[in-house]
Amino acid sequence: MFNYVIRRIFIAIPVLIGVTIINFIIMSMAPGSPVDMLISPQIPAEALAAKRIELGLDAPAYVQYLSWFKHLLQGDLGYSMITYEPVLNMILSRMGPTLLLMGVSLIIGVAIAVPLGILSARKQYSKLDYAAVTGSFLGISVPNFFLGLGLIYVFSIWLKILPSSGMTTLGSEGGFGDILLHLIMPVIVLTANVAGRNIRYVRSSMLEILEQDYLRTARAKGLKETLVINRHAVRNALIPIITVLGMEIPILFGGAVVIEQIFSWPGIGQLTMSSIMSRDYSTIMGLNLTAAVIVIVANLLTDITYALVDPRIKYSK
Amino acid sequence: MNSQNNKQPSPLLSLEQLKVYYPIRKGIIKRTVDNVKAVDGVDLSIYSGETLGLVGESGCGKSTIGKAIVGLEKPTKGRILFDGDDIAGYSSDEMINLRSELQIVFQDPYSSLNPRKRVIDLLSEPLRVHRIVSNGDVSKEVDRLLDLVGLPKNSKNRYPHEFSGGQRQRIGIARALSLRPKLIVCDEPVSALDVSIQAQVLNLFKDLQKELNLTYLFIAHGLGAVKYISDRIAVMYLGKIVEIGPTKEIFQNPKHPYTRALMDASPIPNPHLRNRKKVVLQGDVPSPVNPPKGCRFHTRCPMAEAVCRVQEPELTGDSLHSSACFFSH
Repeated sequence: MFNYVIRRIFIAIPVLIGVTIINFIIMSMAPGSPVDMLISPQIPAEALAAKRIELGLDAPAYVQYLSWFKHLLQGDLGYSMITYEPVLNMILSRMGPTLLLMGVSLIIGVAIAVPLGILSARKQYSKLDYAAVTGSFLGISVPNFFLGLGLIYVFSIWLKILPSSGMTTLGSEGGFGDILLHLIMPVIVLTANVAGRNIRYVRSSMLEILEQDYLRTARAKGLKETLVINRHAVRNALIPIITVLGMEIPILFGGAVVIEQIFSWPGIGQLTMSSIMSRDYSTIMGLNLTAAVIVIVANLLTDITYALVDPRIKYSK
Repeated sequence: MNSQNNKQPSPLLSLEQLKVYYPIRKGIIKRTVDNVKAVDGVDLSIYSGETLGLVGESGCGKSTIGKAIVGLEKPTKGRILFDGDDIAGYSSDEMINLRSELQIVFQDPYSSLNPRKRVIDLLSEPLRVHRIVSNGDVSKEVDRLLDLVGLPKNSKNRYPHEFSGGQRQRIGIARALSLRPKLIVCDEPVSALDVSIQAQVLNLFKDLQKELNLTYLFIAHGLGAVKYISDRIAVMYLGKIVEIGPTKEIFQNPKHPYTRALMDASPIPNPHLRNRKKVVLQGDVPSPVNPPKGCRFHTRCPMAEAVCRVQEPELTGDSLHSSACFFSH
C-alpha cells in the first residue's frame, strides 16, 4: 500500500508538468497580455514597452516558461503581474473562504443525499421516491447562476433578510454569525447541485445491492431488517459512492467559480476569474497548478479509500 | 422431540394447500391485473430425520416452496405447519425467532455471501443475533462449525472470494448449521458446482444429517443428486405436485408421464441403454399465469385424452406412493 502511494505520487509529477506546459501554451496563444490590459490614454507607449521588458514578456514563450519553471523548482510561484503580491500568498489567502464554502456544501449535500437515496431505493416507486427523484432532477438541471440570482432576488431584494454578497458585512468586524448569514445562499446553491447528483448515485447503487443474493442470506440468518440494510446493504452500496465523491471535490472547485462570482465570495474561484480577465500570467499559472494538484490528490485519496473499504481490492507492488 | 417418543410419526413440517402468487402490476396506479401462480395448491409432509427431494424443471415453483417454508416469501393462501404451529401467517418479527429452527442453503455460493465480510463475520453474525453461544465462545463455535463442514481453521480470517465454489458452499452450509436448525431447505445446493465437487458436498450433507439428526427438503432440477440423497421424492410441474413416493419406487415404477419424461431426460451412463424408448417432451412449459385447464400437463403429455383437458386429476394412490394422473393406476 505504502509503495503504491509513493509510485502514484511519482507518476503525478510528469502529469503536473504536462498540465503546466499545456496551460502555458494556451495562455500565450490567447490574445492580450497583462500589459495590454493596462493600456489607457494616460500611459505613454514607451512606458508600456518598458513594462513589457520589465515583466520579461518580450522573451519567447518557451524562455518565459523555463524561467517560471526554474522558480517553481525553488518553491517560488512568482509575483502577480498586476498586484505585485506573491502568488502563493494570494492563493493561500483565498483558500480559506473556498474551503469553507466547498466543505460546508459538500458535507450538507452528502448528508442529504445518502439517507434520502437509501430511503428512496428501499421504497422504490413510493411518493417519497418520486419526490426525491424529482428533487434531484431539479437540483441537477437548474443552472447554478439561475438559482443563485433567484435566491438573491427573493431573500436579499424582496425579503431583505440575507446579504447578497461577500463573506462579511463591509466595515463590520465579521464574526461567526455574520459569516454564517453570508454562507447561506451560496451553500444552498452548491448543495442543491451536490445533493441532486448524489441522490441518484446512492439510489441506483442501493437498488443494485438490494437485488443481491447475500441480502437474502442475511435475512435467512434471522437478522432484523434494519440490520440487513445497515450492515449488509448500505456498506456495500456506499463503495461506488466514494468514487463519485472523490470526483466531486474538483467539480466543486469549478462550480465555485460561478457561485463565488455571483455572491462576490472572496475565494479561489473569484481570483481565477479576475486573474484571467487581467491576463495575470503568473497567478493563472499558480492557480492552474493548484487545481491540478487538487484533482490528483482527490483521485489518489479515492483510490486509497477504495482499498480500505473493499477487502477484495489490494494494491500490490 | 415428540416425534421421537411417538410410535406414529407425525410430520415435522406439512404444507396444506399452499399457494404463492406473484401479482403482476400494471399502469400508473399499479393495479394487480393478474397473478403468476408459482405454487398453486401444494400438500406435502416432511418427517423428522428424512430427506425429501423436490424435483421439477425451472420455473415450476420448487424454489418458491423452499423460500415460503423459511419465511423469505409470503404465502398467498394455505397453511405451513411446523411442529404443530401454523407459521404461514407469521409476521417477519415472529419469523425471526423461527430462523433457528428452519434454515436454508442457497443455490449460488458465489452471490449469496457478502463479499466484504470475512468468514468469521459471516458465521458469527447469526450466533450473536440469536445468542446461540455467549459472546466469549463465538470464536470457538465458529471453529467448530468450520471443522464440521471440513474447512481448515485458518479460513476464518479470509474473504469469500478467496475460496472455491465447493468451499463457499461449505461456508453456506456452516452458516445454515450455525443456528442448530431442525429442518434445512437445500435450494439446489449443488447445481452451481462442478460434478466432482457435487459428490463431496452431497456426502457432507449426508454425514451432517446422521451426525446432527437433520431433516432436509432437497430441491433440485436434476435427478442424479436427488436420487443419491433422498428418502422420498416429490415431482412438481407448474406449481403442483404430480407424483410423490419413496425414491426407489419412483425410479423403478414411475407412474406419472411427466416423471417418466424427466427420467428419460437425464443421461444414463450405460451405452447399451442408449436406444431405449424415450419419452421426449415437446414444446415449452405453459405460462404459470394461465395454467392449462384440466390436467396442467395435458398440453405436453403423450398420453393425454379428452378427459385430461376438462378435469384436473387429484393426487391418488396409497399413503406411500401417489400420483396425479388418470391413467397411472
